[in-house]
Amino acid sequence: MLELAIRGSKKYYGWMSFLLVIIGIGFLVYLKQLDFGLGITGLSRDTSWGFYIANFTFLVGVAAGGVMVVLPYYLHDYKAFGKITILGEFLAIASVIMCVIFILVDLGQPMRVINVFLYPTLHSVLFWDTIVLNGYLFLNLVIGWNVLEAERNNVHYQPWLKPLIYVSIPWAISIHTVTAYLYCGLPGRGFWMTAILAPRFLSSAFAAGPALLILLCLFIRRVTNFDPGREQIQSLAKIVAYAICINVFFFLCEVFVAFYSNIPEHMDHIKYLFIGLHGKSAYVPWMWTSFALMAIGIILTVNPFTRKNEGVLAVACVVIFLGTWIDKGLGMIAGGFTPSPLHHVNEYIPSLPEVVIALAVWATGFLILTALFKMAVGVKEETGG
Amino acid sequence: MDSSRRRILQLLGLSSLALTAKPVFNAFAVEEHAEKPKAILKDGENALKAKQWALVIDTRQFESEEDLEPLVEVCNKVHNVPHLSEKRHEIKWIWGEHYHNAFPGKAARFLSEEVEHKPFLVLCNHCENPPCVRACPTQATFKRESDGIVLMDFHRCIGCRFCMAACPFGARSFNFRDPRPFIKEINDKFPTRAKGVVEKCNFCAERLAVGQLPACVEVSEGKLAFGDLYDPESNVRELIRTHFTIRRKQTLGTEPSVYYIV
Repeated sequence: MLELAIRGSKKYYGWMSFLLVIIGIGFLVYLKQLDFGLGITGLSRDTSWGFYIANFTFLVGVAAGGVMVVLPYYLHDYKAFGKITILGEFLAIASVIMCVIFILVDLGQPMRVINVFLYPTLHSVLFWDTIVLNGYLFLNLVIGWNVLEAERNNVHYQPWLKPLIYVSIPWAISIHTVTAYLYCGLPGRGFWMTAILAPRFLSSAFAAGPALLILLCLFIRRVTNFDPGREQIQSLAKIVAYAICINVFFFLCEVFVAFYSNIPEHMDHIKYLFIGLHGKSAYVPWMWTSFALMAIGIILTVNPFTRKNEGVLAVACVVIFLGTWIDKGLGMIAGGFTPSPLHHVNEYIPSLPEVVIALAVWATGFLILTALFKMAVGVKEETGG
Repeated sequence: MDSSRRRILQLLGLSSLALTAKPVFNAFAVEEHAEKPKAILKDGENALKAKQWALVIDTRQFESEEDLEPLVEVCNKVHNVPHLSEKRHEIKWIWGEHYHNAFPGKAARFLSEEVEHKPFLVLCNHCENPPCVRACPTQATFKRESDGIVLMDFHRCIGCRFCMAACPFGARSFNFRDPRPFIKEINDKFPTRAKGVVEKCNFCAERLAVGQLPACVEVSEGKLAFGDLYDPESNVRELIRTHFTIRRKQTLGTEPSVYYIV
């Protein structure tokens, strides 16, 4: 099926070349990082994880979000989603690959990464995260590829895929749960030390992932002969609506617990993010923007009149995606490290090289996503499905 | 046309196969005289031993930064700790903090003027339940069973910095760049580090192995005491028995092995 990804229009080649240019620039900057060390980032002794890990965390969510089309189709026999499960699976593949690259660029000694497998450490959550992420990548590759190929050949997919499909559903939940456990099991990090972190991650994932999928569906309908379908898009929109509401609700639960209990260790991080602490307030406008965007997203997706209008729905999906990205991609990590365990407030600002490298990772993901979607849509156009 | 393409592909395949040959030969060559050197760890004759090393800091005897300076300096010197002027890239093994930073949550609204202004020595606590060891995905940081010291294998560390997120005491530093140009005078008896790995205080494991006390203890003129926490007769237990001591963030259950007489 790969040939479908190689043949394309001028616009397709143009887009892919554009992505390759960004990847190239990012790769050069990464060579610089490899040579100098992570000192070219904005990271510090106090904030030892930043933009890379934040984007990693967000993208684990997008990857897990793919399950929102797989689950209704295979567990509830919701037939409409049969048309687009492949899009969810391929989105998951591209996202997980981005996750893995983000982890690699964050390592101080990337050439030693194989040590994780040479010295498997069962008590380290990072070890388990490696396992579940690679497992999820493998599952989606195998399932997505074979189901699509079967569809192309007009036959039913192989029966041995069924158990893998069933396993992939809880597996999707596991990738984001384990990713949350990276943070919420650390003593002395009050912001993350909350049992609701994994559920919160999942809720924002199930908003951001399907929101991106809606946008991709609308785009595919416009530029190809394959229509993912109005019903499909509307069903996804309802999933987004529930998930974004739950996400904001979970956040408000956090605020209540921190501020009603009045425990400084829990309040200070939220204060830092939303009103600033000790005169440091770089994240304040971002965080309020994030929640404004999510609030707008709720209004637009919950209200049936706006949700049913696909133009408005597209806007809603963009604001939800951006809002959850700021919340998780900027605030979640920096907010957890500031103030530091010794209660110093040293602000973390990503550096330009760091942002360029991160953009290149995103570009890599979109390159893979474009190629995969090109294949999927190509098959759908062939079979008229 | 077609046959020449096939020919080229064949050649490419063959030559890539040839590329793999050398490592394979190498592997066999190693196998030939496969007398593997056995690693033997022997304790030095004078090595100091304990079940769990512990440090007692008599904070009453430290009044100003100048009092801490010799301790910090000797540590930096023997461990090749670089001096980086960029604050973000700092490497610290042992240093001074204000009371409310060393003991956040333990600082009263009003403090004695003395406590308010003087620095408190902080370093890795060599916890009995170290969260950093739990977090490390490669066991590059580990708790040595023989004496409870939390150590680092600089050659195994992949630089993921999970241990830094896990440590509630900010005891760990990351080499954000090559530290070697920033070491004043290199001590050949202790390794320097590469960029991209984490490091921290090692309770001078290398000195204990040859019968010497940790460097900071040695130059402290009795303000620091070092001994076995599980030996009821040890100097540290004697001090803990006869003085009121506190530890950092005790509520987290990590069981720090550094005690402070206040």
